[in-house]
Amino acid sequence: MQAFAALFRELDGTSSTSAKLEALQVYFRSAAAADAAWALALLLGKRRRRLITGRRLREICLAGTALPEWLFEACHAQVGDSAETVALLWQQRADESPTSASFNESLAQWMDERLPQLAALDGEEQAEAVRACWRSLPADQLLLVNKLLSGGFRVGVSTGLVTRALAQSADLDEALVAHRLMGGFIPSAAAYAELTAAAADHESLSARPYPFFLASPLEPGQLEHTPADAWQVEWKWDGIRGQLIHRSSGCSLWSRGEELINEAFPELIALAEQLPQGTALDGEVIVWQGDAATPESFASLQRRLGRKAPSRSLQRDCPAAFVAYDLLEQEGSDLREMPLHTRRERLEQLRQRWAATHGSEGLGRLRLSATQTLSSWGELDHLRDQARAQRAEGLMLKARESPYLVGRKRGFWWKHKLEPLRLDAVLLYAQAGSGKRANLYTDYSFGLWNGEGELVTFAKAYSGLDNGEIRELDRWIRAHTTERFGPVRAVEPLQVFELAFEGIQPSKRHKCGFAVRFPRISRWRTDKPASEADSLASAMALMEQQP
Amino acid sequence: MPLAPGGLLQLSPEGLYCPAARAWIDPWRPVPRALITHAHADHARPGCGEYWAIGASEGILRERLGAEIKLLPVDYGQLHRIGEARVSFHSAGHVLGSAQIRLEAGGESWLVSGDYKRCSDPSCAPFEPVQADVLITEATFGLPIYRWQSGAEVAAQILEWWRSAPDRPSVLFCYAFGKAQRVLAELHRLGVSDEVLLHGAVDRLMGPYREAGVAMPPTRPLAQLERGADLAGRLLIAPPAAHRSRGLGRFAKAQNGFVSGWMAVRGARRRRGYGRGFVMSDHADWAGLLQSVTGSQAQQVYVTHGQSNVLARYLQEVEGISAEPLEGHFEAERFDEEEAAPASPEAAAI
Repeated sequence: MQAFAALFRELDGTSSTSAKLEALQVYFRSAAAADAAWALALLLGKRRRRLITGRRLREICLAGTALPEWLFEACHAQVGDSAETVALLWQQRADESPTSASFNESLAQWMDERLPQLAALDGEEQAEAVRACWRSLPADQLLLVNKLLSGGFRVGVSTGLVTRALAQSADLDEALVAHRLMGGFIPSAAAYAELTAAAADHESLSARPYPFFLASPLEPGQLEHTPADAWQVEWKWDGIRGQLIHRSSGCSLWSRGEELINEAFPELIALAEQLPQGTALDGEVIVWQGDAATPESFASLQRRLGRKAPSRSLQRDCPAAFVAYDLLEQEGSDLREMPLHTRRERLEQLRQRWAATHGSEGLGRLRLSATQTLSSWGELDHLRDQARAQRAEGLMLKARESPYLVGRKRGFWWKHKLEPLRLDAVLLYAQAGSGKRANLYTDYSFGLWNGEGELVTFAKAYSGLDNGEIRELDRWIRAHTTERFGPVRAVEPLQVFELAFEGIQPSKRHKCGFAVRFPRISRWRTDKPASEADSLASAMALMEQQP
Repeated sequence: MPLAPGGLLQLSPEGLYCPAARAWIDPWRPVPRALITHAHADHARPGCGEYWAIGASEGILRERLGAEIKLLPVDYGQLHRIGEARVSFHSAGHVLGSAQIRLEAGGESWLVSGDYKRCSDPSCAPFEPVQADVLITEATFGLPIYRWQSGAEVAAQILEWWRSAPDRPSVLFCYAFGKAQRVLAELHRLGVSDEVLLHGAVDRLMGPYREAGVAMPPTRPLAQLERGADLAGRLLIAPPAAHRSRGLGRFAKAQNGFVSGWMAVRGARRRRGYGRGFVMSDHADWAGLLQSVTGSQAQQVYVTHGQSNVLARYLQEVEGISAEPLEGHFEAERFDEEEAAPASPEAAAI
């Protein structure tokens, strides 16, 4: 545990990627397999279970320190995190020096035994046990244990960096480790040994999807020096990315978040069964009516997501389709090294054979993502502008010669999204953020004018301002608060912001009557008085322009 | 809330005023007579007719307010008659020459704490407990999440951090006046004798400390460092205002850290973008504030700076001491504001 605490401190205390990589490698090389397994799961954010709530930790802390609750609130506002506030407050009373004996237990012992044991207790017994645990810890390591208990452990390392460190420390290919990690990792010494074992010739990863290859946002002028016809152009569909697999071990549908979503989409599992064994497709899960020219909006897909067993009527109203982009595995062999145009040809043939045998019923269930080729770069933005009519988010550009790589590797695949929709809205409420933004008002709610000259809340946004603007707005908010509701401040309706968002849909749950996707601040309109902000009518007009 | 009229101290637009002494304490605007608790910029401002301050702070006050100011240097514990009042200065343990100011007249005594800390600091005189009927205390770190380790422990962490990077420079950001010299003095106590590099804003304040006999490692202003000198393993101390400034271009590969009480909170450190945070403050922590309030035996406490509402409420509700926040232009350092490095040709050049 001490070694993991030291790793946490090192990762948390540097912004240098190479220093982080080195610290990770040192840890993986020296840690016992069971500990390394847990460290890996925690760093990848794969085991973020809440064993005891932050609220309960606070209760236990308050009972042991005799501090009034309002004082805890004042501290929490300054710190922005319950686990950390508790850790800091506990030290305030700790005068006995820690026994530290229990801290010599390994990370795996803590994660597999001690912490779950604490969670399984209740009432006063649990409170006493948690306090005894705190008393045994050196001050700087209290925070770590509280974060692990409350499921809020996070530190600034990406999945890619952790994978690279692990691969290098085990002398393995990074892509292989990424693949072995796909589809979940349950921490144990055995799982870790399997993960870091030398590569076998015909390694069977039959239970796992392939790591997704991700596109980078296209910036202007990036591709103009290459021949336009070297690129395959597709719509960027607005569903969820998925991998549909049929292997001897069975059929599976994996989301990009590496979750198995078989149960939510039984019709796609039925589709996978119709494909030859040893097939893996990369594509988009989307709601699409059998004979329609365009898919349904993302809102229809949302009705299907997270439903374990969708009813027949829901399956009829919101039928799922798999729009295939790529063929990753055929007859059990990995095609990812082949150029895209070869994989695409094989994908088209596969689809044709499927349609010939199973096409009569549910023909729309497996669709090929239509491809186009540009004859000149001048056509690009014209084509992109048609995406909205296709209910797509924009375009994808893939090099016809590209292999299927792992993660976000620049150069081969690009996404070229539609220009967002925009409205000018008035700041109505603000709430302080947490963590890095504790004690700073960074979570904003905005309103639009209705016909009666009132502002109606329509969207929240958390991002888009730079640090200087955030500080300036924070000061303004503090000086122009009209009312407080707990942590929320109502402010004078004076500041106008341009909000950008990806789409706008009718919604019964929102007071204004619609919901926007991915709202963010694109500009602080210091040039505009609130009276010139947009109205609900202009939002309705935007909604009507959409297909 | 304002102070009751008729008391020994009043809150005037210029700041805390003692009619009996016809003097203001740390005034915000120019006044004929200013009693200065210490030389930080939010306590000592230019333009006053005369300044009363601890002799050890004279060099810094002249450096900051102008060499020609009329300054009456006093000693700790000396009793002065100013007008109708008896006034004495007592060590506050905050920075070199810092004082708590006690005033007495008409059978009533008041103590203005200024900024203070209770833990040991080899760069200045230790805090002296003083009693008075009424106490005006600061509350910059008035939350129980703040609890300081000793300066020696933190200096040991700094030294370990510095020595762990022999192949590149280390840049330590801290307030130029007080904190920088405290860190240097603590490092000296740990046996450090290598030369430490100083940003111009820090270097300018070294003279008074050397004159006061504070033992510190040898230092060199950055401006006097030869071009192309090997910076590996060197330590530079710079004010926070220089963080990410173009002037420190030669230190682009350096590891960096910030020494401040605010670093006790993880979010505060991450927001500022410092690699490492060292928790060391020249203000009292929660326990230190409570200890000072109870030690003063004051019947009435007024709280200024930072968490004045929180500390006052705690004193009132939990400790049963009559206490109220005192509003005014009392500035407290906030996370995102730093003591600005005074502009100078030297600082600009580095």
